[in-house]
Amino acid sequence: MNSSAITVILSATIIAGTPILFAALGEILTERAGVLNLGVEGMMLVGAVAGFSTAVLTGSPWLGLISAMLAGGTMALIHGFLAISLRSSQVVSGLALTIFGTGLSGFLGKRYIGVSLKAPFVKIGIPLLKDLPFLGPVFFRHDAMVYISFLLVPVIWYYINRTRPGLNLKAVGENPSAADAAGINVFRTQYLHVFLGGALAGLGGAYLSLAYAPSWLENMTAGRGWIAVALVIFAAWDPLKALLGSYIFGGLDILGFRLQVLGVMVPSFFLKMLPYLFTVLVLVISTSRRSKYVWSGPGSLTKPYYREDR
Amino acid sequence: MFVLKVAVEMKNISKTFADVVANNDVSIKVKAGEIHVLLGENGAGKSTLMNILSGFYTPDSGEIFIHGKKVELTSPREALKCGIGMIHQHFKLVNSFTVAENIIMGNGNSALRLDMKAGIEEIKKVSQEYGLQVDPKAYIWQISVGEQQRVEILKVLYKGADILILDEPTAVLTPQEAEGLFETLRKMAKKGCAVLLITHKLDEVMEVADTITVLRKGSVVGTVNKADVDKRKLSEMMVGRETFLRTGKIDNHPGEELLTLDRVTVLNDKGIKALKGISIGIRRGEILGIAGVAGNGQKELAEVIAGLRKAEDGRILLRGENITGLSVFDRINRGISYVPEDRLGKGLVPGMNIQENLVLKKYRSAAFSRGAFLKISKIREASREMIEKFDIQVSDMYSPVKFMSGGNLQKTLLAREVSDTPDVLVTSYPVRGLDIKAMESIYDLLIEQKRRGCAILFISEDLDALFQLSDRIAVFYGGQVMGVLRPEQTDINEVGLMMMGSKKTGVA
Amino acid sequence: MKTRIVLEKVCVPKRRQLAYRILAVVLALVLGAAFLGVMGFSPMAIYRKMFGGAFGSKYGITETIVKTIPLMLAALGVSVAFRMKLWNIGAEGQLYMGCFAASWVALRFPGLPAYVMLPAMFMAGMLGGGLWALVPAVPRALFGTNETLSTLMLNYVAILWVDYLVFGPWKDPKGFNFPITPEFSEAAFLPAFGNSRVHIGLVFGVLIAAVLYIVLKYTKWGYEIRVIGESREAAEYAGMKVIKNILLVMFLSGALAGLAGMAEVSGITHRLQSGISPGYGYSAIIIAWLSRLNPWGIIVVAFLFAGLLVGGYSVQTIGLSASIATMLQGMILFFVLASEFFTEYRIKLVRREGVKNGE
Repeated sequence: MNSSAITVILSATIIAGTPILFAALGEILTERAGVLNLGVEGMMLVGAVAGFSTAVLTGSPWLGLISAMLAGGTMALIHGFLAISLRSSQVVSGLALTIFGTGLSGFLGKRYIGVSLKAPFVKIGIPLLKDLPFLGPVFFRHDAMVYISFLLVPVIWYYINRTRPGLNLKAVGENPSAADAAGINVFRTQYLHVFLGGALAGLGGAYLSLAYAPSWLENMTAGRGWIAVALVIFAAWDPLKALLGSYIFGGLDILGFRLQVLGVMVPSFFLKMLPYLFTVLVLVISTSRRSKYVWSGPGSLTKPYYREDR
Repeated sequence: MFVLKVAVEMKNISKTFADVVANNDVSIKVKAGEIHVLLGENGAGKSTLMNILSGFYTPDSGEIFIHGKKVELTSPREALKCGIGMIHQHFKLVNSFTVAENIIMGNGNSALRLDMKAGIEEIKKVSQEYGLQVDPKAYIWQISVGEQQRVEILKVLYKGADILILDEPTAVLTPQEAEGLFETLRKMAKKGCAVLLITHKLDEVMEVADTITVLRKGSVVGTVNKADVDKRKLSEMMVGRETFLRTGKIDNHPGEELLTLDRVTVLNDKGIKALKGISIGIRRGEILGIAGVAGNGQKELAEVIAGLRKAEDGRILLRGENITGLSVFDRINRGISYVPEDRLGKGLVPGMNIQENLVLKKYRSAAFSRGAFLKISKIREASREMIEKFDIQVSDMYSPVKFMSGGNLQKTLLAREVSDTPDVLVTSYPVRGLDIKAMESIYDLLIEQKRRGCAILFISEDLDALFQLSDRIAVFYGGQVMGVLRPEQTDINEVGLMMMGSKKTGVA
Repeated sequence: MKTRIVLEKVCVPKRRQLAYRILAVVLALVLGAAFLGVMGFSPMAIYRKMFGGAFGSKYGITETIVKTIPLMLAALGVSVAFRMKLWNIGAEGQLYMGCFAASWVALRFPGLPAYVMLPAMFMAGMLGGGLWALVPAVPRALFGTNETLSTLMLNYVAILWVDYLVFGPWKDPKGFNFPITPEFSEAAFLPAFGNSRVHIGLVFGVLIAAVLYIVLKYTKWGYEIRVIGESREAAEYAGMKVIKNILLVMFLSGALAGLAGMAEVSGITHRLQSGISPGYGYSAIIIAWLSRLNPWGIIVVAFLFAGLLVGGYSVQTIGLSASIATMLQGMILFFVLASEFFTEYRIKLVRREGVKNGE
């Protein structure tokens, strides 16, 4: 492989990783608030169809993008209501959300199958940067949504680690009772971040229908929502590692595809297994060191909070 | 003295949980600049009342005035805005955060950016003002319980509270540490804070209180000035009759040593040595009391005897037989019983009914099983007998035990543990959280076992009870035995000093 | 006047709980009808079609039963683990590994007679699923590694493994490049009832449900599982072997999911193929949970769930997307989940006259 082939692969890797990255960033925010949402796949699908239909009807991909975020966020609020207010099992509620989202998107999207989008997101090179050797073609010749994802990663990292609301968010996820006692509004924090999580999942879905494809197909996420859930654990709830992780997941996908084209069939499946196996390994290793205090995820994840519990 | 202003007034507060009345028409007034003690037995409704004041619980009815203004305390956040801060019995701290992060989180400051440096400076200022030493950069999981309590107090002060509530703050402290805490509380009162202190320890009340409100069964018995009362009067108000524990000492000449610990070393959950080569023995018909601040190896001691924790070094002998390597199951069969401090969740299975709980250790025996199957009707029969014999109040043999009262839970647990006439009985804080009546019946049960010839290890934080029940008291500090004393040859002061680590030479 | 909501834990009688659930399903269907109506469809026609498709004909009912079998087996497996509060959400992967192991026997030893072949596949399917479940179970038992996350991860690995086989070394050379293995020899077919597709796996399911019911209720081991599930600490305190039981129960849980996989390849497809399970393992979690882990309940709920699936396909015959059924399924789940809340809590309204602070 020559260097231009490598840049092509790397550039494709970023594109493949972007929808997972959006969804994983959202799930990080949600889980940091102590809520596990397994409905990412469903939220992405609904986001994809909402974004696509809006873009078709209005002709504006940007309006599509906003509509996708609202749709994803609204979906997440169903989960939020069940998991936060009604204290349902977060696992079951999230699975139900995926089922519902798959059905709803298929139902709503039926009339858009085969419709083409007049104005999808197109690749825009960033002046000056796009001409950098190697880096330019890999990073700076993408569509606007990819650039948004570049920006979102440090923004969310900064939010979680360097701001007051971020500290409060972490407190809620670790120990809602302590957060409550410190004057943090636990319910509002959880609802807000569940909503944001859904909105970002919607964005991830919209990337597929507005930029990646750009078209609508039933079940077009093809399991990317589940990969995003896995990625959050892989990334240890850290946006920066999520960036890296999503490109690893995306890159293995691309690499697998390339190898398949070249007729090398076998290893691509094993390549794709690696991130999952690695995640399991990380989980095991992080818990097996007994003497040291280890942090393995927000302390209240999947546990509902109610103040007057005795 | 000037007339102090009323800082808190709670009027006609009532609160029920499901069917339990926790507060019934309670009214209290607390003045700024005083230390106001809420005194009452466990279950008298003190904590509920204070949880209402700190915004954690919503009262069913009643009104609250802060500095003369009516307020609606719908959340801890609202309470903090009114200057009310509570230090809960179980600390509300995030273990994975630093001290500073715990203090700063939730602060009303509207700035988006988290300025840790400025925050730490501020924390240092407050901590100097009140003499509360902490390391702002240490993680909560790294520091001791006493330090964690200081963080809790600092957190509340940092948020600008001038009404402080402390729920049983000395439970985790040595007498000397408690003295330090009282010093801080006095300082706060002097600065004009209203300090509310929940306790059931009369000595503390006499030492630190200005005003005392006594609660019993959810209602106020009366509010008095400390100058107008003495301990006897207070205890009468507290329990509604004059009671002192009957002394349990019957000298039945303890016999041979049944259980021996020989230089036993045990690790705690964090992998740190919790018992450092201790040697003690308990004799037939003896109650050996274990004194010490919680967390000095008592839990590990109980667990290593029961077989729930491995001894890293040393030997444990039962009637001379080395049982160090034996499993929990083998030890149960050899007559070691254990009443753990955590009665619901460890001693008893919360979601299962009383029958299933009463056979928790014997379901494998021939009496209750045949082959792989349980003898359901035999279990029911035996349960009925035990319920009657130990006078356990149960409404329904099939409803989960988690709905039972604390006293009945403990009776159930003890019934199971003593029904097999064990040789050794380990009890951890057996009366914690019980009212006087239940406490007495538990103590009676222990004394009866002692009379029968059982060797009893009695772990308690209540020095009075230890002095009254024990034949000997072993004082634990930092995983070591500071000394073994006879109650009649020592006093609470000496035990208190040993609980802080001063060693007594010579062994009783 | 201000009203505040306070929750109280209550114990609602079993019969009322059932009534709440039925009410929840009805409400979900009403809301679904309203939604379909707004979108310009005739909800009654769709519901009639779905119900008729799933239960209205002999073919419909047999198809529903065919779908019930894997759902029921996997859900029984999930329920055993959930009893012990082991949140095994890896049934999907365990099912795939069951498919793989059973297929291996069938493909590797095509000449075996049925009376050897079928028991061997049966064992292999259970072993495949069971051993796969042990992978997350061992670190869970020894270090307390979160099994929800690890079982989820291993689902992908199992699916990719089967994909590798059917796209790669096991691909049928005469399969027109489809990701399928060659068909098994006839000795590897599970016997079916009459000429229907309903196979003997149904009997396995019912028998296993009965055994599980008896084991949990009347045996020492069942008692131990319940104690460990309620409180691991209490179990250790009583001298029970917690680690051994975690491993055993996870193995059993995975083995039952693996059996579901074996029943699919041996009873329905007669070969291993890509995407052999359309998410049965995930549906099984929902089924187990909705049945409150009761084995008899699982049979009923799995049947109804299968009906929804089959009903969904039949909607396609009137030119609509099967996703309508999926959507309704989701809505029903939401409502049942919500109804769950009212079986545990009572809402108490506290009326208070009050001034907002700072006013």
